[in-house]
Amino acid sequence: MLRIITPVMRLIEIPMLALQRLVGINRLAWAFLLPNLVLFALFAFLPVIVNVFYATSGGSNVMLADRPYVGARNFVNLLDCSNYLDPNSCREDKFWRAVWNTAWFVTLQVGFMVGFSLLTAVILNRDIRARGFFRSVFFFPVLLSPVVVALIWKWILQREGVANAFLDWTGIGGINWLVNAQWAFAWSVFISVWAHMGFYTLILLAGLQAIPRDVYEAATMDRASPWRTFRRITLPLLSPTMLVVLVLALIKGVQTFDEIYAFTGGGPGTATTFIIQYIYERGFAGAPRLFGLAAAASLLVAGVLVLLTLLQLWVNRRNVNG
Amino acid sequence: MARIELRDVRKSYGTVEVIKGIDLDIAHGEFCVFVGPSGCGKSTLLRMISGLELISGGEVVIADKVVNSVPAADRGLAMVFQSYALYPHMSVRQNLSFGLENISTPRAKIAEKVDQVAKMLQIDMLLDRRPKDLSGGQRQRVAIGRAVVREPQVFLFDEPLSNLDAELRVDMRGEITALHRRLENTMIYVTHDQVEAMTMADKIAVLRLGELEQFGRPLDLYNRPRNLFVAGFIGSPKMNFMKGRVAENRSQMLLDTGEALALPETGFTQQPGQLVTLGIRPNHMRAIADGPLAMDVRSVEQLGGESYLYGALKDGTSLTLHLAGQTEMRLGQTIQIAADAAQFHLFDTVSGDSLRTEETQP
Amino acid sequence: MARLVAMLTATRGKGRLHWTDWVSYGYLTLGIFLMFGPVVWLVLSSFKTPNELDRFPPRFLPYAQDTLVVEGFDSPLSLFKVVEGEMAGETVAQIRRAAGRSEVVRPDAPDERIRMPATQLAPIEGVAFATENYTNLFERFNFLQFFWNSTFITVMATLLMLLVNSMAAFALSKYEFRGRLSVLLIVVGTLMIPQTVVLVPLFLIVTELGMFNSLWGVIIPGAATPTGVFLLRQYMITIPDEILDAARMDKASEWKIFWRIIIPLSAPAIAVLAILAIMWRWNDFLWPLIVLTRTENFTLQLALNSFQGELQTDWPSLLAMTVLTLLPIATVFMFLQKYIATGIASTGGK
Repeated sequence: MLRIITPVMRLIEIPMLALQRLVGINRLAWAFLLPNLVLFALFAFLPVIVNVFYATSGGSNVMLADRPYVGARNFVNLLDCSNYLDPNSCREDKFWRAVWNTAWFVTLQVGFMVGFSLLTAVILNRDIRARGFFRSVFFFPVLLSPVVVALIWKWILQREGVANAFLDWTGIGGINWLVNAQWAFAWSVFISVWAHMGFYTLILLAGLQAIPRDVYEAATMDRASPWRTFRRITLPLLSPTMLVVLVLALIKGVQTFDEIYAFTGGGPGTATTFIIQYIYERGFAGAPRLFGLAAAASLLVAGVLVLLTLLQLWVNRRNVNG
Repeated sequence: MARIELRDVRKSYGTVEVIKGIDLDIAHGEFCVFVGPSGCGKSTLLRMISGLELISGGEVVIADKVVNSVPAADRGLAMVFQSYALYPHMSVRQNLSFGLENISTPRAKIAEKVDQVAKMLQIDMLLDRRPKDLSGGQRQRVAIGRAVVREPQVFLFDEPLSNLDAELRVDMRGEITALHRRLENTMIYVTHDQVEAMTMADKIAVLRLGELEQFGRPLDLYNRPRNLFVAGFIGSPKMNFMKGRVAENRSQMLLDTGEALALPETGFTQQPGQLVTLGIRPNHMRAIADGPLAMDVRSVEQLGGESYLYGALKDGTSLTLHLAGQTEMRLGQTIQIAADAAQFHLFDTVSGDSLRTEETQP
Repeated sequence: MARLVAMLTATRGKGRLHWTDWVSYGYLTLGIFLMFGPVVWLVLSSFKTPNELDRFPPRFLPYAQDTLVVEGFDSPLSLFKVVEGEMAGETVAQIRRAAGRSEVVRPDAPDERIRMPATQLAPIEGVAFATENYTNLFERFNFLQFFWNSTFITVMATLLMLLVNSMAAFALSKYEFRGRLSVLLIVVGTLMIPQTVVLVPLFLIVTELGMFNSLWGVIIPGAATPTGVFLLRQYMITIPDEILDAARMDKASEWKIFWRIIIPLSAPAIAVLAILAIMWRWNDFLWPLIVLTRTENFTLQLALNSFQGELQTDWPSLLAMTVLTLLPIATVFMFLQKYIATGIASTGGK
C-alpha cells in the first residue's frame, strides 16, 4: 500500500512546491482546500440550485434545456388538497400519504428509540460486569447494512418463519405480518429502532459518563432515592445530550428510506411508503419520470431538514458554551 | 560570515503593534540573548528572524542580504523550540536526518553526520528510540542535535530550557555555551530568565512591550542599566528602589520617608527639585548603627553562608539586604541601614531613564 | 457455567445484588437475544438445505438426512429407520420412492431389494451444515462481480475521501488565511444538504459528467464529507504548530509537511474516519440504486435487494448472500469495535 502511495505523494509534491514558491505558504491553503471545495460545489451546492430549476419545470426530460418552465405548478400540485388530513382529497395523494406515514413513523420511531436508548444507556452505566461486551451487543446492528437488516427480519417474519412458528406453538396461530398494513408499519418502526438504537445508546452513554461521580455521591449523602436521583440529577444533567440525540434522530428519521424499502417495498399498498421513497419513485422508479414533482418534494424536505440542522447546530453550540 | 542586522523591524497583528521598531546588530559568532518578561515580543522577534513570522516593516539582514521575503527554509538558520517540537512518530535518527533528506543529502553522508552529531551530544545510544521514550534532557539534546546536524550559519533557541527542572537547566546551560564555543557560529537565544541571560550571553538585548530597552554586554547591563526597567530586571535579587526628590544643593536626596541621603556630586545629571528614584543593589547595603535609614525587618532568610533581610522603610517601600555570613537580626526589629554611594543608580522617576552622565557610559 | 454465572452476577465491590441489578441483567440478557438472535438465526438458516428451509415449524440447527454409499449404487443413498411392520427397528437405505411406496435395501445386504409403504419409514437425520447455498452463489450468480464492485467502491471512495478531507482539514486547522471562516461556514452548510434531498439534480450532474452507470458515479459525489473535515480538523488542531515550524526550518515543503508529519500524526483520527467511511460505503444503498442500473454494476446491497424480488422463493441463495454481505463489516467490527465506538461517539453521527 505504502509503495503505491509514496510515489504518488512525491509526484504531487512537485507542482505543490512550485505553487508554494509562487504564492507563499499561507495562500497555499487554498490549494489544499481546492479538491474538497470543488466536490462540495459540484455535488452539494450546485445541486441545490439545479433543484430549483427542476422544481419549477415540467415534463419527464432530464436535460434542463428540454424542460418547459411551469412556475410553481409542481408545488401547487403537491399542495393541492381540500383536507390535508385526508390524503384522498389531495391531487397528489401519494405525496400526502408519504408525508403522513413519515410523520407517524418519525414520531413513533424517535419516541421508542430515544426511550429504549436511554433505558439501555442508564443500565449500561450501572456497575455491571462486561459492560464493553453489552455495549457492543446493542451497538452492532448499527453496522449492518439496511438491506441486510431488512432481509434478516423478513426471513424471521415470513409466513413460515420463526416468528409464526413461535405463535403457532403458543396456540395463537400465525399472522401474515407484512401483508397486513398495521403490522407492516409496526414492524417497520421496530426494525428501524432495532437497527439504530445502538448508535444513540452510545451517545447517551457517553453523556452519562460525563456526569461527575461525586454528584451522585453527594446525592447519596443527601439520602436521595435512586428514582429521585434519576429524576433530579441524571435527567437534568443529561438533557443537553438528550437534545442532541433527539434532533439527530429526527433528522435521520425524516430521511428513512433504504431499510424499509428493502423490507416492505413501501407496502402493502402505500402503508410504509415514506417521503424519500416518494421522491425516489416519482423521479427514478416510475414512468414517466416526474423529476419536477420529485424536486419540488425534495425542496420541501430540505426545508424541514435545514430547520432541524439549524436546531442541531444551535443545540451543539449551546452545549459547548454551556 | 553570519552577521545579523535588524533595521527598524516592526510587526503588527491588525492594529495591534507587538514589535515597535527594533534596531539590532549581532556580530558573527556572537551569543546573543533576548530577554524580557512574557509578552515582551522576544519570541516574536526570534520567529521574525527565522522567517516563520512575516515582517510588517523594516528589514532583516542576514550575512549582508535582506531576507524579508526569503522563506524560513532558505535562510540558512536552525531553530530549537521551546517544546522541542520533535517529530513524535519518527525515531531519534529519523528526527535528525529529516532535514538532511529534504535537501537531498546522499544517504551515506546523512548517516555519517547523524552519527557524528549524536556522539557529540551523547545521544548515540538513543538513536533508535522514539521521542516519547526519552527524558526531558534527552529530548532537549535531540532537538539541539537536529539543529546542529544541518550546520546552519545561525542557531535560534526559543526558551529551550524552560521545560526542564532546575538542576538539569544549569547543566544544559553549560552544554549550550560549550556548544557555542565549539561551533563558533552565531546564536540567538530567547529566555525570560535573566540568570540564563547573564550566564550565557556575549550580548543581551532586553525587550519590553515590543521595544528594545538596552543592548549590551551582561556586566554593562548590570553595572549601567539605562533605565528603571533594565535595572529592575537584571540582577538577582532585584535592585532596591527608593523614591524621592533632589535637594536644592544637588548633593542630597530627600526620600519620601523624610530621611535624606547624600548623593555623589559627579556622575549623575540630577537637577535641584527633580523627582528621582534611587537604585541600589541588595549587596551594596549594610546594617550599621549610624546608618541614615530606618528599616523594619519583615523577614529573615538564613542560608548559612549568606543571609537576606527583607524589610520596609517608613513609607512602606520594601527593601532587600544581602549580608555575608550569618546574622543576629530578628523579625520585627527596626534597624538602621546605609548604602554605598559609589554603587548608586539614579533614575528620573517620570521618564524612568538613567541620570548617569554620558562620560561614564561606555 | 457456574463461574460464568458468578462472573456475570458479581457486582463491583458491593455485597448482595439489589433487585435493580436483577432487572438490569434481565434486560441485558433479553438484549442479547433480541440483538444477536436474529443474526444467529440468519447464519444458521443459511446453512440449511432447501428442504429444511421449507420445513415448518423450523428447527434451530440445520439438519440433513444421513446418507450412505452402498455397494452397487453410484450415488449415496438416504438412510431411514423402519418404524412399523416386520422390519421395525432396522436401518435401511432408500433406492427410490414412487406413489407412496419405497424401494429399500439393507446396507449390509445390498442385493435384496425390499418394497414397503413410505409411511413405515422415518428419516435418520444429523446436524449438518449445507455449504451448497454458498457454493451455488459462485456457480449460479455473478456473486464475485458484485463483491468486486462493492469492494472497489468502498476502497476507492475511502482512500479518496481520506485524502481530500485531510487536505481540507489541514488547510483549515494549520493555516491563517483570509476567508478561512467563510470556508468553515461552507463546510457547515454542506451538513444541511444530505444526498437524499438533491437526488434529482445530482443525477443530472453525474449523468452530464458521464458517470451514470459507472462505479465512479458512486465514488466521487460522496468523496468530500463535512463530517470527515470536522473530525480531522478537530484532531489536527491539537498537533503543536511548533512541529510544523520545525519541519519548515528543516526545509520541508508544505506538501511534505502534510504527508510526512500531519498524516502520520493524525493516524488515530484517520483510522476512525476510515472505519466510518468503509461502513458507510459498504452499506450505501439509495445513491447506488439510482446511479447503477445495469446488473453487472450492482453492488452487493443492490444485488441483495433485487434478488429478493427476482428470486421470490430462492431463500437459500439469498440467506447465504446476506451472510456474505454482512461478514466483512462484522469482521471489521470484531477487531476494531473500540475505535468504532469512540469514533461514532466523537462525530455524533454523519
